[in-house]
Order: sequence, then C-alpha cells, then structure tokens
Amino acid sequence: MMPSNARSVPSTRPPNAAAESSPPSAPTRRELLKSTGLLTGTLALSSLLAGLAPGRAWALDLGTFSSHQGAVILAFSRHLYPHPTLDDAVYALVVKDLDSQAASDHAVQQIVLSGVRQLDQIGGGDWLKRPPALQLVDVESMQDTPFFVTVRSTAVVALYNNDMAFAHFGYGGKDGHLGYLHKGFNDLKWLPEPPDAASGPIPQD
Amino acid sequence: MAVQGNKIQFANDDADVVVVIGSGAGGGTLAGELATKGIDVVLLEAGKLTPNSAFLPDEWASFKQLAWQDKRTASGTWQVARDFPTLPAWICKTVGGTSVHWAGAALRIQPHEFKTLTTYGNLPGTNLLDWPLTRAEMDPYYDRAEDKMGVTRTHGTPGLPGNNNFKVMYAGATKLGYQQCSTGHMAINSVVRDGRTHCMQRGFCFQGCFFGAKWSSLYTEIPQGQATGHMELRPESQVVRIEHDRQGKVTGVLYYDAGGRLLRQKARLVALACNSLESPRLLLNSESAMFPNGLANSSGQVGRNYMRHTTASVFASFADKVEMFKGTTMAGIISDESAFDPRRGFVGGYHMETISLGLPFYTSFLKPGAWGADFAKAIDAYAYTAGLWVVGEDMPRETNRITLNQDVKDQFGIPVADVHVDDHPNDVAMREHGFRQGAAVYLAAGAKQTYLVPPYPSTHNLGTNRMSERPADGVCNRHGQSHDIPNLFISDGSQFTTGAAENPTLTIVTLALRQADYIAGQMGQHAI
Repeated sequence: MMPSNARSVPSTRPPNAAAESSPPSAPTRRELLKSTGLLTGTLALSSLLAGLAPGRAWALDLGTFSSHQGAVILAFSRHLYPHPTLDDAVYALVVKDLDSQAASDHAVQQIVLSGVRQLDQIGGGDWLKRPPALQLVDVESMQDTPFFVTVRSTAVVALYNNDMAFAHFGYGGKDGHLGYLHKGFNDLKWLPEPPDAASGPIPQD
Repeated sequence: MAVQGNKIQFANDDADVVVVIGSGAGGGTLAGELATKGIDVVLLEAGKLTPNSAFLPDEWASFKQLAWQDKRTASGTWQVARDFPTLPAWICKTVGGTSVHWAGAALRIQPHEFKTLTTYGNLPGTNLLDWPLTRAEMDPYYDRAEDKMGVTRTHGTPGLPGNNNFKVMYAGATKLGYQQCSTGHMAINSVVRDGRTHCMQRGFCFQGCFFGAKWSSLYTEIPQGQATGHMELRPESQVVRIEHDRQGKVTGVLYYDAGGRLLRQKARLVALACNSLESPRLLLNSESAMFPNGLANSSGQVGRNYMRHTTASVFASFADKVEMFKGTTMAGIISDESAFDPRRGFVGGYHMETISLGLPFYTSFLKPGAWGADFAKAIDAYAYTAGLWVVGEDMPRETNRITLNQDVKDQFGIPVADVHVDDHPNDVAMREHGFRQGAAVYLAAGAKQTYLVPPYPSTHNLGTNRMSERPADGVCNRHGQSHDIPNLFISDGSQFTTGAAENPTLTIVTLALRQADYIAGQMGQHAI
C-alpha cells in the first residue's frame, strides 16, 4: 500500500520555470563567496549520469537556504522517493526548485524554513544525525503539514523531469523528437510478433 | 497543408459573417467547410497560433504551451475533484484546440449507442435519451470524415505498424481469448497522404504531432478554409458574451483580443465550439433580461448531463524491457468489451487502448499524491512497463453539470466553470470491470505486477448542450441548431446526447460536416 495524501495540492503543478534540468555545475570561487548555502557531491564512478555532467564533482549554489537547510531538504526528499542508486545530484534538483520558489514567494520560504526547523528540533538540533529509520517515521508523521505537501508536490516534478532522471530510469525524453520509426519502436523480441492483419506495414518512403 | 495567414479580413460591424467560436475538431472543421462552400466566416480562437513545427518533446513544457490553464474548479465525489481540484479537464487553448492533443483514435459510434434509452432502459439516476439521429444517417458523413482525416483501415489505408506497447497488449489479449485487437482505426497517416507525412513513431501524440501525421484542424481544415479567401482566423480572441436582439436572434459576440481590448463582432449566425466546459459556460454567462437562465436554455439542460467517459488505466511491469514511450501512443485497441452485454453487471461498453506516459507524467499520474518505497519501486520499473487506457460509456445525469462558480473569476472577471460529477453506480461497475480485464490482459502476457490508475483530468468532455428530438429534453436539434434560437448552433462534443464507448473526435468532425451542409442549405433558402 502506497501512502497517499488525500488533501494534497494538485500533483500536476507545472515545474518551476527557474528550475533547470541540467546537472548542477562545478563550483566557482565567485559562487563560493556569494552563496547563502552550497550543496556539493561527487557522482559515483559507475553512475550513468557521469556523461551528462561536466565533471564528477557537482555543486548547487543556494540563494535562500543555508547548506544545512539544503541538506535536510535533500535527505527528506530521499525518504519521499527512495531510489537507492539514484545520485544525490538528482535529488539536489528538488532543493534547487524549492530554493528558487522560496526566493520569489515568501509564504513558501516560511513553510520550508519552519519545516526544517521542526525537523531539527525533533533531531535534537540536527535532523541529519537521526538514524534513517527514525527519519522515515518523522517524514510520515508530517504528512498533513504544509511543509510535506510543498516538498512532495515539488519533488514529484523536479526529481523526475530532468535528463539525469531520464537516463537513470530509461526514458528517451527529447531523443524521441525525430521519431523511433528507425530507432527501435518495435524492437521488443521477448513476445511473438503480432500477425500482419493486426499490425501494419512499416512505411518505406 | 502548412499553417498560413489570412487572405481576407472582415470588419467588426460586418453582420453578414458566420462567427465560429473555437477552432478545434468541431469549430475548425465547420469553419473550413463553410468557407469551402463560399460562406464568409470569422473563426475566433481563445488560444495562440502555435505551428506544429514549434511543438515540444517535453511533457511539462508542452502542457504549458498548449493546455487550457485558465481557472476552473471541480466538485462532487469523483476522484478527479480530489486529485486535481483546479484541473478537472486536460484540454487545449491553442489554434486547433484539443485536436492538437488528441491521440488519434477514430471509432464510429455503434448503432445501438444512438438509442441508449431504448436499449438500456430507464436506468434509475440517469438522464438517458435516444439521439435524434441514427447511425444510418451518420454513415455517409462518417465516410467523408474518415477519408478526410486519413483514418487507418478505412478507404484502403493500411493499419499503423504495432510498437512495443502494442505487442504486449496483443500477446495478452489473444491469450485471454479476445478476438478484436489491432492497431486500430487511427486518424494518423500510416502512409504519406493528403500532403502530410506518415507517422514517425515519436511517442509524443499528446504533445501535438510535430510532423503533422496525426489529423488536427490546425494544419488541415483551418488553412484550407483560409486559402479559400472566405475565412479569417483570429487567434487570442476570447469570447465572453453572445448578444441577441429583441426578437431573440443572436446578433454577434463580445470578445477580448490579444491586446486586451473588448470588441464586438457582428454576425448573421453564431456556432459555438469551445468544448463541453466552455460552451455551456458561455451560454450561461450570456444571460439577459429576455433569457435569464442563459441563452438557449428554456429546457434548463444547458450545462447538465456532463459526461467524460468512464476511464481508468492499467499499467504493468515485466521482467524484460517494454519502453512504452517509443512510438504511437494509442495505436492498439481491444474492442471485445465494447458491445452491450448487461450480464457483466453494467450497461454500455468500453474499449481498451494502449497508452504511454513519459517519466514526468507517469510519476505525476500513476498515483496522485503518493510517495514512499512502493511508489519508488513502481517508478524503478518504468522502462519495463506497459500501459493501457479503459475508455467506456458513462451515464448522463442531470446533476453532473457545469455551473458558474460565482466565487472564482477568470482574468476578465467572468465567473469560471465548476465541473461537478458524482459517479453513477454503472460507471463504478464498468471501471472495476475494466480494471480487472486490463490487469488480466497483462497477467496473461506475463506481468510481474499490475498498477490500477485512477482517471486523469478529463480529455473527453461531452453532453452539456445535448441534442434532442423534443425541445424540453435538450438544447439543440439533430443539426446542432439550438431549439430556442434558430441562428445559434452547437458545434462541438457538447451536443452529444449520450457519450458512447468511442473516443469522440471522429463523431465531432462528422457532425460538423453534416452541420455545414445543413447551415449552407438553410442560408441558401434564407431560412437563417
């Protein structure tokens, strides 16, 4: 049974225009100086995403949240949509989207910051130090809060609407723009071919 | 035919023009047909002109580019009101309307489905009614529509080649004993035809067909109408009121143009084709001292009998890859369950049609509001997943209706449409049957796990200005002409008396072709 939130806002919230689908870029000295917070990480050597990023090290410059707040949101997002082999660089896009929403919308900023504060209180000052099993209980206990609803409805779009997620989960995205007619639209071989009467000829022109 | 410009412009005070409101399957076709007959037409479209060369292979970006995102509200016990309270319908605001977004399934309504009251009986809690039309009367126009739209497996046009998602459906369907499963009747070119290329199997049918292989009024009927020199298309022109004279005949419309100016376009005749949400909204918002309940509403049926098809999806994951996103979205149809067979515990029937969603929409629609490990596991199986859509006949009910939400206004200060639906027990029984059979199809094909997915925001919106033999039972007659006002026509899916089990676009186009002949004849006789 998948827990759901019947009171949730529409899950079809279009993605934030400011949230880009490109991987976070390598940090520059200027960004290190001006940023409020910074999330950093290193792509695993085996990661499918290595080819999509300019380098293995990535950094996300935060305009509103501190590094710690960003890290709490990232950990919270991992509990919402736990894909063990999906790189933190993709979850960082959820933080990026919320960070840019918070920059332009004071209400969102308050909701997110008070949620993080509440989590840190539960964690005796630092929620990141809680054992993961207890963190999951905390996430579940917050299901009806505006913080949960805001993070979840942002995460379900930001996490899965980017080229790194497409590569990880095996979706073609814009690779399909010119069509799969000559790129494997019917390449499934583990079932019998339907008879001609049920299908149709592949156009030759 | 490529998207092109107008060859003629009509003056706002030209009272001899026919005004068509809405440029989708109904309005776009009607406008093009009338222009071809030499009748002067002003085609007003609320959305922008976006040529197919600008369509995007990106689900969310395309939604922003094409979908109707102005405010609406939803109420009632249907799950869409809970999951998508401000997005009850997924339809378009763009030149070409929802014919840009539709997936191309083009099936004729079955003969008995034109006679539902006679066939199903007077089912409690429904407002069933026979159409004032028969299938035999429709067939010559269905022939013309299929030929015009290039529907596969008609008029010598071959079927589309089956993609991976179809192979899974076909294997399961045949193991289960179904006899009627193929790549269907699709208004998508399987060969180069009518100046348009064949399907390139992109998998972005819902995002608009970049190659123009799928029929849409955007690049067929509309430019053909413009080319005659008898039709002017005005995009970004949103009608907010239909006006009438003291005799009760319509005289024109008020609309906001792209610059936000309120303009009056006079008209000899007005045809309404804004989809089943906006068409009744416009009639209700056009209330006057003479018509206090809204235009064409002496029956009280404007906005009522809203139908959106009984829908559901079944997705299933397999041990091996499917990659359902590769290729035509809906070219796979099982029709065995579409017959009338009340032994199943419900009247009406349904089709099962392949459906695929890209990762962004799959994650948003699989289980709205869901989170956690089970949901994540379902997403992990994305590339190994196949999908089908159940689309069946839902019951018309007087209380399922579009009303004006006086508390919520649009950008022009006009009350928005509230869409109220309570599922009828027949709808619930049909959906449960569809879930069971859809899952059985995939289990027969070897599925590891099946996922039963609740309805998406409605794409098939029908019935809110229905046609009826008697003026007391509906809004318009067998030609879509309103019972109350002879020069006001309904030209979209809102004129459907009942919903049938078939995707509605082919029938909307067919009715528009038939209506164009009728209007031309009536104008020729100076009857209107």
